[in-house]
Amino acid sequence: MQSTTQTSLDKGPALKICESMGQITSDSLIPILQQIQDAYGYLPAEILSEVSKQTGLQASHMYGVATFYEQFHLEPRGRHTIKCCRGTACHVRGGRDIISALERELEVEEGQTTEDMRFTFETVACLGTCFLAPVIMINNDYYGNVKAGKIKAILDRYE
Amino acid sequence: MKLTIDGKQITARQGQTVLQAALANGIDIPNLCYDPRLVPSGSCRLCLVEIEGQRGLQPACVFEARDGLVVKTDTDEIREIRKTILELLFQEHKARCTVCDENGRCSLQNYAYEYQLSEESLGQALGAEIVDNYTTGNLALQYDPNKCIRCGRCVRICDEVQMAHALTFKNRAAETEVTTAFDLPLNESTCVLCGQCISTCPTGALYDRSAKGQGQAKDLVRTRTTCVYCGVGCQIDLNVNPKKNKIVRVTSEVGCIPNDGNLCVKGRFGMDFVGHPERLTTPLIKRNGRLQEATWNEAIGLIAENLSKIKSESGPDSIAGLSSAKCTNEDNYVFQKFIRAGIGTNNVDHCARLCHASTVAGLARAFGSGAMTNSIDEFKNARCIFVIGSNTPEAHPVIALGVREAVVRNDAELIVADPREIELVRYAKFHLQQQPGTDVALINAMMNVILEENLYDKEFIEQRTEGFEEIVDAIKEMTPEKAEKITTVSAEAIRQAARIYAKADAASIVFSMGITQHTTGTDNVLSLANLAMLTGNVGKQCAGVNPLRGQNNVQGACDLGALPNVYPGYQSVEDADIHAKFEKAWNAKLSAKTGLTVVEMFHAIEDGSVRALYLMGENPALSDPNLNRTRKALEKVEFLIAQDVFLSESAQYADVVLPAFSFAEKEGTFTNTERRIQRVRKAVNPPGQSRDDWRIVCEIATAMGIPMQYENASEIMDEIASVSPLYGGIAYDRIESVGLQWPCLDRDHPGTKYLHKGEFKRGKGKFHPVRFREPAEAPSDEFPMILSTGRQLYQYHTGTLSRKSPAIDQKSPTGYVEIHFKDAKEYGIEDGDSVEVSTTRGKVTTKASVGTQVAKGWLFMPFHFAEGPANMLTNDALDPIAKIPEFKVCAAKIRAAQVG
Repeated sequence: MQSTTQTSLDKGPALKICESMGQITSDSLIPILQQIQDAYGYLPAEILSEVSKQTGLQASHMYGVATFYEQFHLEPRGRHTIKCCRGTACHVRGGRDIISALERELEVEEGQTTEDMRFTFETVACLGTCFLAPVIMINNDYYGNVKAGKIKAILDRYE
Repeated sequence: MKLTIDGKQITARQGQTVLQAALANGIDIPNLCYDPRLVPSGSCRLCLVEIEGQRGLQPACVFEARDGLVVKTDTDEIREIRKTILELLFQEHKARCTVCDENGRCSLQNYAYEYQLSEESLGQALGAEIVDNYTTGNLALQYDPNKCIRCGRCVRICDEVQMAHALTFKNRAAETEVTTAFDLPLNESTCVLCGQCISTCPTGALYDRSAKGQGQAKDLVRTRTTCVYCGVGCQIDLNVNPKKNKIVRVTSEVGCIPNDGNLCVKGRFGMDFVGHPERLTTPLIKRNGRLQEATWNEAIGLIAENLSKIKSESGPDSIAGLSSAKCTNEDNYVFQKFIRAGIGTNNVDHCARLCHASTVAGLARAFGSGAMTNSIDEFKNARCIFVIGSNTPEAHPVIALGVREAVVRNDAELIVADPREIELVRYAKFHLQQQPGTDVALINAMMNVILEENLYDKEFIEQRTEGFEEIVDAIKEMTPEKAEKITTVSAEAIRQAARIYAKADAASIVFSMGITQHTTGTDNVLSLANLAMLTGNVGKQCAGVNPLRGQNNVQGACDLGALPNVYPGYQSVEDADIHAKFEKAWNAKLSAKTGLTVVEMFHAIEDGSVRALYLMGENPALSDPNLNRTRKALEKVEFLIAQDVFLSESAQYADVVLPAFSFAEKEGTFTNTERRIQRVRKAVNPPGQSRDDWRIVCEIATAMGIPMQYENASEIMDEIASVSPLYGGIAYDRIESVGLQWPCLDRDHPGTKYLHKGEFKRGKGKFHPVRFREPAEAPSDEFPMILSTGRQLYQYHTGTLSRKSPAIDQKSPTGYVEIHFKDAKEYGIEDGDSVEVSTTRGKVTTKASVGTQVAKGWLFMPFHFAEGPANMLTNDALDPIAKIPEFKVCAAKIRAAQVG
């Protein structure tokens, strides 16, 4: 069961997105979800229910698609997303220690968001920059040759 | 076209797939994700076959049959592949058949045996509890992901057939599971509890919660019968555990007529009443003001004595009987025969008076026959459907499937005219939200447009009808602009709707209580008949005027003469020849005077002219308008007999209560809304000393010195066939597997799919000029709102049957009044608040349901709930012709209820 304890969200942005879509077909579903996620940072259930009302797209279909693709998030996200590589190259160069260090520092496990909503911590299969292994990525910034001891300093750059 | 499957020459129809062609010709190809009701998905790969000239194996369920195809379905290679697929499925199916309810009817189990899977490949049962999911806590159904093979049939049937869109797959690959949007509990999702997902599940992953542990499929005895709830007449199989004499679950066979294996919540989950502990088991006699157990001899003796005494003192017309649209045709025939031939009065009526009396009166005048002109399976191919005053998805859910199919799959155009924003509006091109009670203005304005724009069918009018000139003035008067003022529907919308209806190749009108339950009910029906004739939409496939009948056997009860003006087969009691025919057939002196209708009976009790009332399965103390008045009459009547399955609100007033069989305990027939006479069969043994309705009636008659005796229900049907030409060709041996539609004149007659083909029953269709009249009661300063009453999906009528189901009770626990959010704000009422609704006749306290279902200024209440009885409020003003009360319009006020 998803937590939906937040106070009511502003439906304004969602209504605008629905309006901008023009004629709604089943092809509109993924673009709408992407724009909603851009606007709200994630896909809040109450907003998707409103979108369903506005567009006639079924909430069940939205949920099916949103849970199928990795790019969609149904829980609120931290202000910054950390992606830690656990690909082969990173693994042999101590990637596991980096993961542990991040978990210790953030006090969350993989896939979770810190209580202060500062970070969401994820692992990925490969970031495609194996020559920098071990690698982490925060938002759109790469950090290569990371050492466990440097983690705190890197995180401190993000509010 | 011809193709060869496994060396056998077979013929296939255009559009069939190889799988369908094979199955139709008795060649079995294994399949798990296929259901004929669904668009094939080709996902389970079990139906792979070898097709000459094709590279690789092809899934038969999506491969279209073509002339000259050579197909092999059972080679060693195919068997090997199927075995592997099954082994892979068993990696996901983590359960044991020994403790599964589906044991014996499970496709997966059958294939595992057929392909001789090894013990090892059957996987390890987890033995763990079912992980919480969207069905946790739901009393209707349960989903067990451990047994799910992810074939998607439940998701697809919810999308494609039911169109409730409640289910989806979530996640991907090994994590895939069925769920609702956001994992909402089922009852909070868009689910309508139809249970179609259970019906299509090929394993035991989805099942009736209450069936768990009550008997495995292999041990259940299935009896085909007709559903006892609404007039659709779905064919259901009662699955009974003979050791417990208990209905464990209800299934329906895909392909059966008229419902093709589809059911609604009431048919699937509403049978708990049959074996309910509150069922009446012995006769009761009122002694010193209290109902006490008695023997059958005492009860029958007391009834015979009292009826004889009252008859000799005050004449036969001082006795009246209410027959029942819940009972079988045979019960109704015997009951009205007893009242007419035994007592000697035509004072017999039933609840059709409260639903479709105006249909029977109106359509009989216009066409010569007061029934649905076309058949249920024609809706899906109609080009235009005009639904007016029918909340089809809630009152006739399985017919609504056909309406939705017409729109979504076959591009028909749907027009909905309803004061409420009912679910069908979603599929409609236009929603004409007319003010309650203004239907004639709306329909006349549509005809005005059709005349003005020259869209009417001159040839049809000339050749098939009469009286056209007489309606022209009335129609010319009602311009769309004038109608806009009366109905609040914009003139432009009326114009466009009229054009769509008139231009369609085959346009079908669907209506129900929203049209009939008015003081202008007969006028409303006549207007619709005018509209259909004006455009040549009668006597034609997929068109017609289609009143959806409410009760399971309201059509039959009318057909069999449980009406004060006609004998069985709508033969007038005042026609001398017919009167003579029945006196001869029944060997009795009959009254030539039309008897009293339902509401008139209660008024006659007030003035003392009716002294005894015999109720068979009716519950007027909840169903009739202006309940305070009705209940006073029930109290006043000198001698009241109530024959029922439960001690209903009405039975509590009775002097004698007689325990009767429920439909699951008796043999007989029901006639559904499309005039199809279908079998009712005994599935369980009756409780206590209860007896069959018609036998009880015969025993009373015999005790009064009027011997009536039949061996069985089939013999009664034979007598019906002999006196009523409509049923002339009906006999049990002919309706064993599929029912016949009347008129069915003789043993060789195939029955009638749609009426008035070539010629109307009355010869020529007759136009009747109808002008708009205001409802009997207008809003006033004191009562400023308009209140309508009606039904909702989950409950049935006075709730005597449906409210015994825990699954239904969980979804629909109590009554409510719908109010527009702007009105709610004005009155300081919030959703869920306790409110008091009142009219000049009474007041009730109920819960507010705030939203946009009704427009501003209007209220709506379902009438099922004894704890907030809507009929305390309704008006018992009558339609002058049909004598139907105006349930749909009265002036009311609402306020927040006083706390404490």
